[in-house]
Amino acid sequence: MHAEAQSGTGLRLEAVDLTFAYPDRPPALSRVNLSVERGQYLALLGQNGAGKTTLAKHFNGLLRPSSGQVLVGGREAEGQGIGELAHQVGYVFQNPDHQIFAGTTREEIAFGPRNQGLTKAEIDERVDESLEAFGLVDQADMPPAMLGYGTRRKVALASVLAMRPEALILDEPTSGLDRRSVIELMVMLANYNHRGRTVIVITHDVRLVADYIPQCAVLQNGTLVAQGPARTVLSQADLIASTGLSLPPVGRLAQRVGMPDAELPLDVASFCMAYRSMRGMGMERDA
Amino acid sequence: MPSIDIQDFHYAYPPLGRDEPEWVLRGVDLTVEAGSCVGVMGPTGVGKSTLCQAIVGIVPQLTGGIVRGRVTVLGMEARSTSVADLAQRVGMVFQDSESQLFNLTVEEEVAFGPENCGLPPEEIGDRVDWALATVGLIDDRHRSPYELSGGEKQRLAIAAVLSMSPEVLVLDEPTAHLDPRGKREIQSLVAGMARDSGRTIFVVEQDADWLAELVDRVVVLSGGRVALVGPPESILGDPETLLGLGVGPPQLSELAASLNRRLGTGFGFTRLDEAARQLKEDLAGAR
Repeated sequence: MHAEAQSGTGLRLEAVDLTFAYPDRPPALSRVNLSVERGQYLALLGQNGAGKTTLAKHFNGLLRPSSGQVLVGGREAEGQGIGELAHQVGYVFQNPDHQIFAGTTREEIAFGPRNQGLTKAEIDERVDESLEAFGLVDQADMPPAMLGYGTRRKVALASVLAMRPEALILDEPTSGLDRRSVIELMVMLANYNHRGRTVIVITHDVRLVADYIPQCAVLQNGTLVAQGPARTVLSQADLIASTGLSLPPVGRLAQRVGMPDAELPLDVASFCMAYRSMRGMGMERDA
Repeated sequence: MPSIDIQDFHYAYPPLGRDEPEWVLRGVDLTVEAGSCVGVMGPTGVGKSTLCQAIVGIVPQLTGGIVRGRVTVLGMEARSTSVADLAQRVGMVFQDSESQLFNLTVEEEVAFGPENCGLPPEEIGDRVDWALATVGLIDDRHRSPYELSGGEKQRLAIAAVLSMSPEVLVLDEPTAHLDPRGKREIQSLVAGMARDSGRTIFVVEQDADWLAELVDRVVVLSGGRVALVGPPESILGDPETLLGLGVGPPQLSELAASLNRRLGTGFGFTRLDEAARQLKEDLAGAR
């Protein structure tokens, strides 16, 4: 993908003792400490209402902390305008219709780069690259609002990526997508991240994280309850259960055949490895 | 007599301007036996929702467009029986079920259908109680639909259809936008209805692992036609074919294929119980 051929520098995102409450409501986030390193690829995992979206919206200035600090690229987000943050931190909404507004797909994608003050030639180049990369060439002159749901999601993502933000946040990007589209999307995100850019995916799908995302943070009732390599965090079956999330089917099977709860395999490849050694141990005992 | 009988059904939405009509469904043949539970899969845009709406008469009665072939439900021809008459025996829960809710209390929402059929008040009261008990919302009858969680709203939408006591229930991706807890609520509700009632259930769903546990037959749509139909063990037990059609197989059948490839085993499973049984037997043999 040509658009992603240029490497980024990534962006460090950090929440320090972050508390946030909507007016007259109990805090939606309580003293959250989360740091996402430059070029890290992290899943923000939790049930609906756990505070995932509320936390993420602090990184692009859509929300401001009630107390505590939010740092974007080492600088306090408070001092940076929403426009300035939007160039650095791309945010793809869960519902594409919350961001789509232009008369044509081409216009929709050109909007961000134009606001970054790029030249017409640069804008055209980025738009053409995005249309190509997302398979939207045939839809370039159609009104995006008239496209199917899956295609509108692609337009929303393409228009954020055309700004080439150093950090990218996606809110439940896979809900309502079929398997093939999920795979395409996750490959695209992995490529984006491999160029050194920071990527955060908000999700409640443990299987998605186990299959594709290396780092993970878990929120529950506005509190950060775990952060680390996804493999380590997710293999704690009791933690997953206590947050109301669901183990993927292979994780439930691992429990049923007596694999230890503290290191459950959650994807097909690691189940195969664990099963091979479980079987091998049985044979050694016999010998 | 089958509950649903679809013969060589073609459908195209009304063309925009002078464009050629674009056929969404291109010759669907399918029969669904009374009392069975059928799961329908297929990639985005393949016409799953259109097929659901053809069963309840909305397509083409409210959408217009071009139809060839026929859809017969409980002996009634779906395109020539009024949507209101069909609705008394054939219920549908839409993908975006929240848009179906419009009353001030949970109870009123569920009573709306039977009231409009002119049923006597005692009968309405009985049906509301039964439908609310079935979906587990009996203690929430005086709440506003808008303060319910995602899973509760979806259960309410199902109760509002159940109160019509439909012989055929059509569910269009009932868990697509729910979090894991909501998803579990709906999955156990639909499984209970499929087991107990003798009602015909036609459910569109992307979660193959759930379908494997639930349905009598699986239908895979591709290119506007039925590409595969058969018992879940054989259809869902062939991950390669499913992926070729753009459909995600159950994680457990991917696991079986992967174990067979790596360890030379002869596993064949799509469901958790069966998988656990086969692995335990294999482990006992290895010891």
